[in-house]
Amino acid sequence: MAKKINLIIDGIPVTVDEGTTILQAAKLLNIHIPTLCYHDDLCIAGNCRVCVVEMKGARTLPASCAMPVAEGMEIMTNTIKVRTARKHIIDLLLSEHNAKCTTCYKNGNCELQNLASEYKISDPMFIDLVPHKNYQMDAYSPSIIKDDSKCIRCQRCVRTCEELQHVSALGVAYKGEKMKISTFFENPMFEVVCTNCGQCVNRCPTGALIERNYIDEVWEAIYNPDKHVVVQTAPAVRVALGEDLGFEPGEIVTGKMVSALRRLGFDSVLDTDFTADLTIMEEGFELLGRLRKALVDKDTSVKLPMATSCSPGWIKFIEHTYPEYLENLSTCKSPQQMFGALAKTYYAQKRNLDPAKVVSVSIMPCTAKKFEADRPEMRSSGYKDVDYVLTTRELAIMIKQAGIEFNALAESHCDSIMGDSTGAAVIFGATGGVMEAALRTAYEVVTGREVPFDGLNITPVRGMEGVREASVKIENAAPDWKFLEGAVLKTVVAHGLTNAKKVMDAVKSGKGDWHFIEIMACPGGCIGGGGQPIPTNAEIRQKRAEAIYREDAGMKIRKSHENPEVIAIYKEFLHEPNGHKSHELLHTHYKERQRY
Amino acid sequence: MSNNFLRRVDLIFDQDCNLKDILKSTYQRANDDIINELLESGLKGRGGAGFPTALKWKFTSEQADPDKYIVCNADEGEPGTFKDREILFKVPQKVFGGMAICAKVINAKEGFLYLRGEYRFLLPELEKQLDAFHKVINEIGVNFKIKIIMGSGAYICGEESALFESMEGDRGEPRNKPPYPTVSGFRKKPTVINNVETLVYSFMIFRYGARKFKELGTADSRGSKVFSISGDTPKPGIYELELGMSVEQFVDEFGDGDTKAVQVGGASGFCVPRKKFKDTIIGFEGVPTGGSMMLFNSSRSMYNVLKNYLEFFEEESCGQCTPCRVGCQQLKLGIEAVKKGERHAAYLEQLQKLAQTMKITAKCGLGQSVANSFFSIVENFKEEMIY
Repeated sequence: MAKKINLIIDGIPVTVDEGTTILQAAKLLNIHIPTLCYHDDLCIAGNCRVCVVEMKGARTLPASCAMPVAEGMEIMTNTIKVRTARKHIIDLLLSEHNAKCTTCYKNGNCELQNLASEYKISDPMFIDLVPHKNYQMDAYSPSIIKDDSKCIRCQRCVRTCEELQHVSALGVAYKGEKMKISTFFENPMFEVVCTNCGQCVNRCPTGALIERNYIDEVWEAIYNPDKHVVVQTAPAVRVALGEDLGFEPGEIVTGKMVSALRRLGFDSVLDTDFTADLTIMEEGFELLGRLRKALVDKDTSVKLPMATSCSPGWIKFIEHTYPEYLENLSTCKSPQQMFGALAKTYYAQKRNLDPAKVVSVSIMPCTAKKFEADRPEMRSSGYKDVDYVLTTRELAIMIKQAGIEFNALAESHCDSIMGDSTGAAVIFGATGGVMEAALRTAYEVVTGREVPFDGLNITPVRGMEGVREASVKIENAAPDWKFLEGAVLKTVVAHGLTNAKKVMDAVKSGKGDWHFIEIMACPGGCIGGGGQPIPTNAEIRQKRAEAIYREDAGMKIRKSHENPEVIAIYKEFLHEPNGHKSHELLHTHYKERQRY
Repeated sequence: MSNNFLRRVDLIFDQDCNLKDILKSTYQRANDDIINELLESGLKGRGGAGFPTALKWKFTSEQADPDKYIVCNADEGEPGTFKDREILFKVPQKVFGGMAICAKVINAKEGFLYLRGEYRFLLPELEKQLDAFHKVINEIGVNFKIKIIMGSGAYICGEESALFESMEGDRGEPRNKPPYPTVSGFRKKPTVINNVETLVYSFMIFRYGARKFKELGTADSRGSKVFSISGDTPKPGIYELELGMSVEQFVDEFGDGDTKAVQVGGASGFCVPRKKFKDTIIGFEGVPTGGSMMLFNSSRSMYNVLKNYLEFFEEESCGQCTPCRVGCQQLKLGIEAVKKGERHAAYLEQLQKLAQTMKITAKCGLGQSVANSFFSIVENFKEEMIY
């Protein structure tokens, strides 16, 4: 039991656990203290000083986010002294901030803007510092744009990149007036170890870090009568999109989203979930193939454990950080890229379209997907497989731009040919989902029976624990898979690249004797992706994940290999999982990248 | 002050002092006894903040953690101070001796001397002196080792928590306090961090006894202190003086007959104008100082003096917290704008309010102390700021 501490905030007594901060204690009393550098997901910084409060007996105003409570403390959060100090601080931040709010991508969703409005900073008190600095915008990455002129140096991005992702592409450089958030040798973002995960974008309180947006390009394509524009939407988008359109976190808006996409003018509204199911087929058979080679053929060159390859942030991380393990990655493309390759081959054939005229757009919870779509390997259809990637946030913007009242939309279903999906595909959106979906199919392929968990819910791989393990014993294997009889299939799931590092280090040291690894670059998996609505925190991620599992539970078909469109595509086009045609279109390779 | 004149003393540069004997006799004493003697002496930290040294040692000694450290802050960076350099040059063994006594009290096996980057030239000699010191320590059977870590040449690294970050190989940025170093310092372990001069005095108190030290100075400012004197003075240099003198007494001794202001405590200290010389005591009851004393005569523009300080702070702020990073830039640009007539003289009042906010909201002592020189110069030399 933690020791209890009594203190008084704004005249109200409160008792809290030792170690609680003033900010947290005030929250319990529903006293709102403004913050900027503070973020639920990150360590305490105490940098911006916006959250200062008055403490009886103290000469200075402590930052409430960083000050632990003490017995008998008397705190005042709203005195003239506090308000003046906060106003000064906001004013100072505005003086070094390029406050062209009307033309800012983050206009309306900027924490500094909100504060300036709350404190009614109308006439800037101080001298505008922006013209004194020689700011350069880094807009070369396909995923992320960094604009130092809007940066308030709160270091949320630095803490994100280091703590959550163990990437440290962003760091602090110089001191004093020249202090800035920078990269190794100030190289552009696309040249450094940045994984494009966008977690920094998700936590940046201003417009200093944003996704590179492709909204105008997509409008252009939609309004080009020569083009047939298909759109695919990732599973994590449908449980978060609502947040940017007036719904509470955890609201499933699949049906409205499909209707909205149709209204936007896409020629065909399809589903990444379809290729998520396909990924399970390809990846599942790839894993079983590797196991057969290792166990039956005694082929020592087979790389195990096999790791998932759906998350492009994770792919870039392993390419930079553990290049010696690239062969452990599944050769499967991500569902987005499988979809892209099929949109300009299988889909175009079936619809009798010239693939050159097909524009493939994807809506992703992810900024790294923009980079992934640009990889030179991703042109197996003969064209750029995915032309434009939009984040969940960009889609919300387009819906608003089109004047659609999202709320009032009727629900509808995706179009056919690559529009059908299963519960297994939906759970791709949450950490552990790929693993669960793969086990549902692999176990059944091997034994002919459903995976022995309660109603297909493989709960050990669910949840928000950073690293989770689960194992399944194979019993009564079918004749083809007798070599697996009695084997225990060991799996591990990690989300957030700091946890990916833990898993990879365990593999490296020989301590991790798993067969199959699922890694998602973002905390919570895709539901916590860098392209998802802002803000995100543990509570919001939890709600999105719950929505994902609700959606799965409500689906008629919950196993990838039972998806009728998946069955059809193998019959008509691909012939067999992990076969020749699949390898041509749906598999890829990776490359080693320098860390510095 | 008991006497009416400025008294020079010679405690720490006294060469007649046997390190081995003093350490031996002190190591035989109980820790409580050592702390009490130090407490009795009234010694306050000589870095400028003036925290009672005995309490710092006591709090750290009370921590249960088996790993503790004593760190000597030799990152002397305040404009106008060069006394630690002199101490390290002339009596390094006494600094090590002070560290060794502290190590006994807090039960530390390791000590570190964080040496200012610009003082690298002292390193070879200090290493030699350290070898000799370790021999003495070995001879009396004490297990304690001191290592020298070079600073990186940033003013902020003299701030104790930024110093720890720098020692740990990270960027020198201050930490949030609490926790204080006595609980969580170097490597997040309980740490005593004292500046060079404090450690020398700690050692000398065990040479002379607390009483002799206590006889010097005033109730608030016990003992003597080493001053670095620069600027418009015929006698620049290092002097050890009894505490408690007035600025007037100081100027009588060190001024050039035309002194219009004395900057006490360097850029982060206070500017005392001629009209306040008589009533201002140099010490904790008046203007505290880490030892920097800069004299300005009538040939100096106080606007330039202030601008120079602000340029220094603008560059030396670590940039982490808003009030310090942006505040320093605004103060500098602000006085420039007033001087050029681009802003009304009344803007100085805005800037003073800003300085006040910096004083109470900045994360560490650097940002908090910018207001000291700003206020005292703007208030006392307002016309020089405008015309």
